[in-house]
Amino acid sequence: MSHSKTFLIISRRPPYGSSHARDALDTALTTAVFEQPVAMLFQGDGVLQLLKGQEPAAVRQKNLGATLSALPMYDIENLYACADALAQRGLTQDDLILPVQPLDRAGIAALIRNHDVVLNF
Amino acid sequence: MNFSLLVYAAPHSRQAAETAYRFAVAALAQGHGIHRVFFYGDGVHNGSALASPPQDECDLPARWQALAKEHELDLVVCIAAAVRRGVLDANEARRYEKPGHNLREGFELSGLGQLAEAAIHSDRLITFGA
Repeated sequence: MSHSKTFLIISRRPPYGSSHARDALDTALTTAVFEQPVAMLFQGDGVLQLLKGQEPAAVRQKNLGATLSALPMYDIENLYACADALAQRGLTQDDLILPVQPLDRAGIAALIRNHDVVLNF
Repeated sequence: MNFSLLVYAAPHSRQAAETAYRFAVAALAQGHGIHRVFFYGDGVHNGSALASPPQDECDLPARWQALAKEHELDLVVCIAAAVRRGVLDANEARRYEKPGHNLREGFELSGLGQLAEAAIHSDRLITFGA
């Protein structure tokens, strides 16, 4: 690919209620394979995707956490979460399968401003 | 300006599918270009040849097809999302040994890479119905 753009994938949905979370991840992974710099931001119920101990087999879904854990292997290392969303759900870094950088509203605004392409799921 | 559209909503279920189409028509009317329309998630149903809405309702798949023909639009349906939901072209029907195929003429099945490519090569990528 001749030129490069920075991508921000915003994932706002819980992991298993709809296909949004899976589709956001697949888009992030594919974009990374195309050698574009990709960051992910988890907002709202999207932070629940990061929870340890997911057991989706009970609802016949594949484990999203396993795919999320692979993000650093695809050079997707810039992972952010809305600090308010974590706090509202009583979550701290210890509850999460991956280290994420918490951002306040101003931080999220700056993050969106600093990326060429922003995709919402 | 050169736009690409990401359509995540199915016709009839969500107004966003119709809004995407109306955006495309308006952009083209004002002299802008549409690099690609990428249908993802439930949006793959926009590419069905079998949708049969009542006559007094909008037949969105048919409208997309007509618009694509008039303006030589690239209508790409995500292959992984489509085959899961039963939107197949002849090749996929053969591969999965299904009794028929229903991807509308004017649409093609391809991978998510087409979405990444569209984002890279367009001035703006606009999502409808995520």
